[in-house]
Amino acid sequence: MRYAMAVDTKKCVGCSDCVVACQTENNVPIGFCRDWVVEVIDGTYPQLEVELRSERCNHCENAPCVRCCPTGASHIAEGGIVLVKPGKCIGCGACIASCPYDARFPHPKGYVDKCTFCIHRVKQGMKPSCVSVCPTKCMYFGDLDDPNSDVSQVLKKRKHKTLIPEAGTLPQLYFLI
Amino acid sequence: MKEELIISGRENLLVDPQLHIWHWPIPLYLFLGGLAAGVLFFAALYHLLGKEEEYRTAVRKAPFIAPFALVIGLICLFIDLNHKAYFWQLYTTIRIESPMSWGAWTLLVITVSAFIWCALHIREYFPAWDWKYKWLRDLESFFNRYKKQLAWVMLIFAIITGVYTGILLSAFNARPLWNTSVLGPLFLASGLSAGAAAIVLLSKDKKERLLFTKIDLIILGTELFLIVHMFMGFLASTQVQIEAAQLFLGGPYTMVFWIFVVILGIIIPGVLDLMEMRGKHIPAVLPGILVLTGSFVFRFVFVFAGQVSRWLY
Repeated sequence: MRYAMAVDTKKCVGCSDCVVACQTENNVPIGFCRDWVVEVIDGTYPQLEVELRSERCNHCENAPCVRCCPTGASHIAEGGIVLVKPGKCIGCGACIASCPYDARFPHPKGYVDKCTFCIHRVKQGMKPSCVSVCPTKCMYFGDLDDPNSDVSQVLKKRKHKTLIPEAGTLPQLYFLI
Repeated sequence: MKEELIISGRENLLVDPQLHIWHWPIPLYLFLGGLAAGVLFFAALYHLLGKEEEYRTAVRKAPFIAPFALVIGLICLFIDLNHKAYFWQLYTTIRIESPMSWGAWTLLVITVSAFIWCALHIREYFPAWDWKYKWLRDLESFFNRYKKQLAWVMLIFAIITGVYTGILLSAFNARPLWNTSVLGPLFLASGLSAGAAAIVLLSKDKKERLLFTKIDLIILGTELFLIVHMFMGFLASTQVQIEAAQLFLGGPYTMVFWIFVVILGIIIPGVLDLMEMRGKHIPAVLPGILVLTGSFVFRFVFVFAGQVSRWLY
């Protein structure tokens, strides 16, 4: 099993509903967020191109945060999801410094927090909260090993990219372009 | 010309400042750890070379810096943890992939051996010292018997400690400034030169001071070579590493790095060392203090600048 997510940059309108849904679902402390929207404007006026991306942890296959964690609190769980065990985390910040996507933050309680792909929902057969609330339905989630899953289907049909592949992290968050 | 504007909808004042996750205790610890590694390395080396009587300060007196430096360093590390009550989790596992994990174990070994080494030489400072209890006296004679083995442990673990403070940073590919393998030897050299400088500061013996002035000069030269080497590597590398080097080549850290680390911390003390060796009388305090300050500033500049450098996408 290999969970992955694809975000359609052509459909995303940057409403940040995914951010609010995540904060509500996961009880993210006020002022913090596990996902966010990036707007990239490219070109010279008037030939401008806009790309909107809903970003979060890339659940990398070669995860630097897991590699540098001194206690094994950061680990790769079933389905390739990168998770943190709060009871093992000492809050040293090594994983925060090691993430090229800056996807982690220290929870006010001390341990490091991040996107979990809403594993608690996925286990019950639901989609991650960001995916299920998206008003333009621009996000796809599923198992890459299953050729019929939403994400496998859309990645087969559409051109896509990952963020900073040159960092060697093998990210599993795809952007349809 | 192509222009690019990136607007992050993160709009999150609490998260982004947090990416500067390592504060002052970390560079302070890196400095103290490097200094301790330096003095312990020379103590072990000259004991193993059988020159304990000749270089008394290096073998017997200067090592007393180490336990203090290491304990303060450990307190620093503890202060910068966010989940303090769980620090013991560090010692439930060894993860070879994580420099912080094996570094924590190295720190344990080096701290214990530093304390034992100082206990064996406590009479250097308190000639009438008595261990009071029989088991403590037994322990002392036990370690005196195995002093050579202890020195070997100290020598090896001092090198590992010195290198690890650099590797700790170079393991992070997300921070292009840190992500260079030169950092290991560079931090080791910086720690050793701080150790040699501390010995010169403490020693009252002319011959010993001259030897460590010479050693200091060689290490400072090596350090300068490694720094040049590092920048050559950066400038010949990818865009993110070129941008990382730019932090020191015109960027916000240029002045503090070149003035305090390179000129005042390496070149001027190097010239003073050279003058001392040529027979000119230089107050020993001067190069010593300069080298220690340079080494200290170097850790701060590097830890802070490294957290500014990042991949852009």
